Amino acid sequence: MPLLQNPFGIHERALTLRDMRTTILAANMANADTPNYKARDIDFRSLMQGTANAQMMQSTDRQHMQTTFGAAGGNLMYRVPTSPSLDGNTVEADTEQNHYADNAMRIQATLTFLNSRIKGIRTALRGE
Amino acid sequence: MSFFDVLGIAGSAMNAQMVRMNTISSNLANTGVAASSAEEAYKAKRPVFRTVYDHASETYRAGVTVDSIGTSGKPNDRRFEPGNPMADEQGYIYVSNVNSIEEMVDMTIASRAYQSNVEAINTAKKLVLNTLKLGQ
Repeated sequence: MPLLQNPFGIHERALTLRDMRTTILAANMANADTPNYKARDIDFRSLMQGTANAQMMQSTDRQHMQTTFGAAGGNLMYRVPTSPSLDGNTVEADTEQNHYADNAMRIQATLTFLNSRIKGIRTALRGE
Repeated sequence: MSFFDVLGIAGSAMNAQMVRMNTISSNLANTGVAASSAEEAYKAKRPVFRTVYDHASETYRAGVTVDSIGTSGKPNDRRFEPGNPMADEQGYIYVSNVNSIEEMVDMTIASRAYQSNVEAINTAKKLVLNTLKLGQ
């Protein structure tokens, strides 16, 4: 029975990625006034589809440097600002807040899906 | 769970913005303070922020810290006030180079930035609590 083999389906990966994105967006907002900070983000769609990760560096030798930031590392991209500022900072507070709110809403949606999955399985197991 | 990282990141930003607010208060308090020479006169202070990356972390963590507090290079105004006890031999006093309008604008920006970080923490907190309630 596929439902019980993989009860959470794609939502598990979706939540992990959304969680990762929350931190990145929070870091962007935190650095809204830091000179030369470049706003970062991940492409949720391509990561979800598994098409990203093409340029991730592999360490094949002990002397190779570790790629930082774990799973997010190779997939972190730079946001293109609509109006670049003089101090080299590319964070636009409203854009980041927008993305943050959107991300939070989608996390909430994923949590709702997960909740209904759990409730469904519970009902199926009880057989009431 | 990197939701908890949001607390650290936004917290560091709130801290940095608070330092900024403090320097703005100092600047505003010293508007119009006179001195006997241009060197002694008060110069507006400005914090410089720097990003702190946590490379050991599994996720992308970029907090903020106050790198240094610089002083404004704007020349101090010289005023002819021979009656002032602070006046030099030629009768001039040197006032602080604080522009109170600039400071007020900076204060608004700092308080907005602080608020948006508080909002980020609140949202993350709500999401963590909802995640903990999964399946209940």
